[in-house]
Amino acid sequence: MNVMWDIIPIGIKINFFYTNKGLDDMVKIGIPRALFYYYYYPLWREFFQNVGMEVILSPETNKEILDNGIKATLSEACLPVKVFFGHVIALADQVDYLFVPRITKVEPKAYICPKFMGLPDMLRARLHNLPHLIDTVVDTSSDGNSTQCWTDCLQEVGSMWTNNKHLVDSSIVAALQEQNRFKQHLLDGILLPDAIEGTVIPEVAAASHPQQTIQIGVLGHPYNLYDPYISMNLFKKLYSLGASVVTPESLAENDIAKKAGMLPKRIFWTLGKRMIGSALNFLENKQLDGLIYLTSFGCGPESLVEELVVRWTKKQDRIPLMMLTIDEHTGEAGIITRLEAFTEMIKRRHKA
Amino acid sequence: MKITYPHMGNVCIVIKALLTDLGLELVLPPPTSRRTVELGVRYSHEFACFPFKLNLGNYLEAYELGADTILMAGGVGPCRFGYYAQVQQQILEDLGVKMEMVVLEPPDVSFHEVKDKIHYLIGDLPWWQVFKAVRFAWSKARAIDTIEEKLLYFRPRVKEPIKLEGYFRETLKEIDEAADRREVERVVNSFLKKSEIMPQLSVKPLKVGLVGEIFTLLEPFANYDMERRLGLLGVEVTRSVWLSAWINEHLCRGLLRVRTECSDDKKLAAPYLNSFVGGHGVETVGCTVGFAQRNYDGVIQLAPLTCMPEIVAHSVFPAVSEDYQIPLLTFYLDELSGEAGLQTRLEAFVDLISAYSRKKEGVL
Repeated sequence: MNVMWDIIPIGIKINFFYTNKGLDDMVKIGIPRALFYYYYYPLWREFFQNVGMEVILSPETNKEILDNGIKATLSEACLPVKVFFGHVIALADQVDYLFVPRITKVEPKAYICPKFMGLPDMLRARLHNLPHLIDTVVDTSSDGNSTQCWTDCLQEVGSMWTNNKHLVDSSIVAALQEQNRFKQHLLDGILLPDAIEGTVIPEVAAASHPQQTIQIGVLGHPYNLYDPYISMNLFKKLYSLGASVVTPESLAENDIAKKAGMLPKRIFWTLGKRMIGSALNFLENKQLDGLIYLTSFGCGPESLVEELVVRWTKKQDRIPLMMLTIDEHTGEAGIITRLEAFTEMIKRRHKA
Repeated sequence: MKITYPHMGNVCIVIKALLTDLGLELVLPPPTSRRTVELGVRYSHEFACFPFKLNLGNYLEAYELGADTILMAGGVGPCRFGYYAQVQQQILEDLGVKMEMVVLEPPDVSFHEVKDKIHYLIGDLPWWQVFKAVRFAWSKARAIDTIEEKLLYFRPRVKEPIKLEGYFRETLKEIDEAADRREVERVVNSFLKKSEIMPQLSVKPLKVGLVGEIFTLLEPFANYDMERRLGLLGVEVTRSVWLSAWINEHLCRGLLRVRTECSDDKKLAAPYLNSFVGGHGVETVGCTVGFAQRNYDGVIQLAPLTCMPEIVAHSVFPAVSEDYQIPLLTFYLDELSGEAGLQTRLEAFVDLISAYSRKKEGVL
């Protein structure tokens, strides 16, 4: 038992004794509604609930969150990172722990982004009075896979709380099942915000709104696309302009990987690969009338990935492409005007 | 096959020595200028980093002079540099510029990839000739580092820094033209002798560490002659990245004994930055802590705008600055940096650190 004490941080030892008490005394773990929330929330939520913790999610992005985030970060950091900081600040005094895994690689030989790898350090250096950060490393070795890296990470996290190995293992199994269900919902065409809550009716497939006259493929990272405050309700605006939306999340991983594999050199960013693969799939999709590519100002990997996508779309010369770059200053009127002009142009092309 | 490669400070001298000895025909781009920037910026993505744009400008200018093959380095992430070549190739192709690109990078699948590329370049050259070429180029790399180091040391100390810079440029030219290793050694020694006997000022210069991304540190055009500006303001600059140390660490796996002041600083990055973040992020933080521990008066970080690893490093600076009570300044550089603004900020920083160091010593 002495050995156990040594590896458990002091803060956790105390909470240990409370875990079996009533609901009010449950250990609270905070998950910021930003960045990888949009990829892995079902996995995280299911795991932490199963090991007996209360999961606290930060509220949806609002002006206060964004403003706090901007104040706490460098002006050079990208918008999603600023928003992430805002969410952390919103959670900081409500929770006992904050789950901010250091996500290096979720698949072999491909990184996420340097900023993701440094997130816990950036938080510690710039914010004071943070709750204890759980910054377990998620790193896939060259012979691992995307499930293995999360199993390893969650096992490490679980062992901080309890030495009931069986509970941790069964929680991981349940969490992975939940994550698979989430992915299946996405493939069925359900938009991510609906799928992530877990209560969805598969019939409401976003890709097949019958009354809509045009279909638009929207490229972009989920943490920009599905945060209505950041994307300024892009999807809703497109619906009201008579367009239905197809997102990269509705594409099968295999299709994306196959297309991305056609590149002269393997892309070493997981998200960049998704963008390139999705774009190539969209370019071949005869049903699409247009493409919108939403990026955040100053996104590093995107500056190269985007360049390739734009050049290929031009070369193909069939689908119109509009680039939307967002940052904290974006005026909503400007976005509306551009969307109106874009959809109007597509509709005219149809008539001609 | 007329080979060209992008500029990075004085590295071109070293690569020129290597490739010429390997029997390759070279067409070097003209020195990086405003025109290079304009060409590069015109055809690259807005947020592509500054080195990307300068590289592209170099290629286009070399193409005008008749180059048809580009020799370039690569990488495997997560820094953007690893994917430069592929995007640049696409841009050149779309422009109708017919240039072939040979990218030397860590192999993805097997070592044969590298071997094939080298074989493609130099054919069946006997190994001793390759060895001789590498050794000769290495001696030039060491020579350049030696004289640059001396220049940084003497510039704030001598009474006539402009004259010293004149000597430096002459020596650089002589190193470039030197035909054998003995000649290189002689030229370096004569520079050392000349600079040591120059009349010196009596004041002790301030000491500032220069950290950041390697290209911006080594290419004076990209950093708007930062070292020179600081030197003329009476500041002794210590750079964290040196070409020969970098080659030793990344290409020779530290087999050669090259010591620089910052050789062991990388491990000082923890607890501020606990993970590799690509590029020179960890080195930047580590060297900053190292400079702070060695009682430097300040540290300046240089990075291209939107550089991801440097943004992470910059983000943890407040903690370093607070713990060690050292002034830190960061410059993000791109094609739009106005020189007057840069100079003003530098002057303000130097004023600040000189007041700060006097206060520390109890003079104020």
